[in-house]
Amino acid sequence: MTDRALAVVRSGALTTVQDEGRPGHAHLGVPRSGALDRPAAALVNRLVGNPPEAAVLETTLNGCAVRPRCAVTVAVGGAPCPVTVDGRPAPWGMPVRVPAGALLDVGTAVSGVRAYLALSGGVAVEPVLGSRSTDLLSGLGPPPLVDGAVLPLGDAAFAHARVDVVPQPGPPSELVLRLTAGPRADWFTPEALRTLATRAYRVSSASNRIGLRTEGPPLDRAVGGELPSEGMVLGAVQVPPDGRPVVFLADHPTTGGYPVVGVVRGADLARAAQAVPGTRVRFVVTWALTPPPAAPVPRSGP
Amino acid sequence: MKVLPMGERALLVELADGSAAEALHAELLRRRATGELTVREVVPAARTVLLNGLDAPARLAARLPSWEIPPLPPRAEDVLELPVRYDGPDLADVAALWGVPVREVPRIHAAAEFRVAFCGFAPGFGYLTGLGGLPDVPRRATPRTTVPAGSVGLAGPYTGVYPRPSPGGWQLIGTTEAVLWDHARVPAALLTPGVRVRFVPEAR
Repeated sequence: MTDRALAVVRSGALTTVQDEGRPGHAHLGVPRSGALDRPAAALVNRLVGNPPEAAVLETTLNGCAVRPRCAVTVAVGGAPCPVTVDGRPAPWGMPVRVPAGALLDVGTAVSGVRAYLALSGGVAVEPVLGSRSTDLLSGLGPPPLVDGAVLPLGDAAFAHARVDVVPQPGPPSELVLRLTAGPRADWFTPEALRTLATRAYRVSSASNRIGLRTEGPPLDRAVGGELPSEGMVLGAVQVPPDGRPVVFLADHPTTGGYPVVGVVRGADLARAAQAVPGTRVRFVVTWALTPPPAAPVPRSGP
Repeated sequence: MKVLPMGERALLVELADGSAAEALHAELLRRRATGELTVREVVPAARTVLLNGLDAPARLAARLPSWEIPPLPPRAEDVLELPVRYDGPDLADVAALWGVPVREVPRIHAAAEFRVAFCGFAPGFGYLTGLGGLPDVPRRATPRTTVPAGSVGLAGPYTGVYPRPSPGGWQLIGTTEAVLWDHARVPAALLTPGVRVRFVPEAR
């Protein structure tokens, strides 16, 4: 077995091919997509000697198992998890040589949600609009992995990194999302804005690559009616009619019709990708571009 | 023009109506082409334009309202013709809403010249304006779980064509064989913002 490919033995709950995504096509209705925990994906690529744009595998909660048909260097990062090669423990967060035909198993996350598996040469499925990312919303890119699938690998370009220990951030026990005012903050009551800034939310189990859904006190609108469709950005906090904030992640739609109360900083979104359902969420609001909402004036008299 | 905040790298510009949004969109593309404006994404929508991937959004936000926005220039390009069979299941409902006989719906629809105001919902799905003076068509109370690819539908003031099978609530009036989206083709999307479109009835 010398061909540069891998066979999927256990696809796991949801394993997709991801790279840096396909930004620049939002005006055609094409989501950006790409790895949710981008620093983790970039790190495992560096560890195996891949360029940053190489495609990796992104797993969800219970990992995946693959059998490379050629000898490859791999690295697993993101959510901490056990890694084995033919049943023998292998290091996490370091380059590992896997012989041709061996079974590489990325186990269930000990904490966090998404593990990243880089293989030297990268996953070399056919790119779509310059990206190999699976886009769950619009169905662009390769479908999620299924058992028995075979994925091509590219040629390894560089030697892997020589490292012993690579520090990686642990998954958050509390998810702190810094937020600036969004275009429709004034569609919400001052009370709702204070609720968002002061009350705790929790990560909902309905979260996915499209959005981090939250459970918590609903945000009441000051302006009723429908909002015509408008452009959306990564990190936009959209509030659907049930009043529970949804933070848009990589596969977010390019336009939407619910008001955006705020926008989460890009630097905070990698941690959002690793927050398990039930994790406490706090929105730290800095109303950078518009004045802070006035506190409600107490009514005088009875 | 209202310039609204959209995070660290973006601005959302709100205009009075859809045609003002189209005019600003054209001007933004012109300035980007000449190098006066550096922005990664320019995303027009119903009455807004999103500028995403800006280095200094606050600086642009201060300048934008003083811009001179010329009215939408007439486009030199040809009108894109989409052959359509007017065989949709909601023809009668649309006719009733417009107060015309069913056979008039295809005639009215095919007589209009449309323009892609913006895209969204799915890759290659364009929101086409151009049906003037008719009542807006409400979405179906219960969306269909599957709308076939090529279905021509109406919703609000817009006409659209489903690029691939998907759930959808638009009122369906016809079918086209045109391939709206093919990622192996350049350009992948047949309908991009600003493109003029005419529907040409096919014999049934």
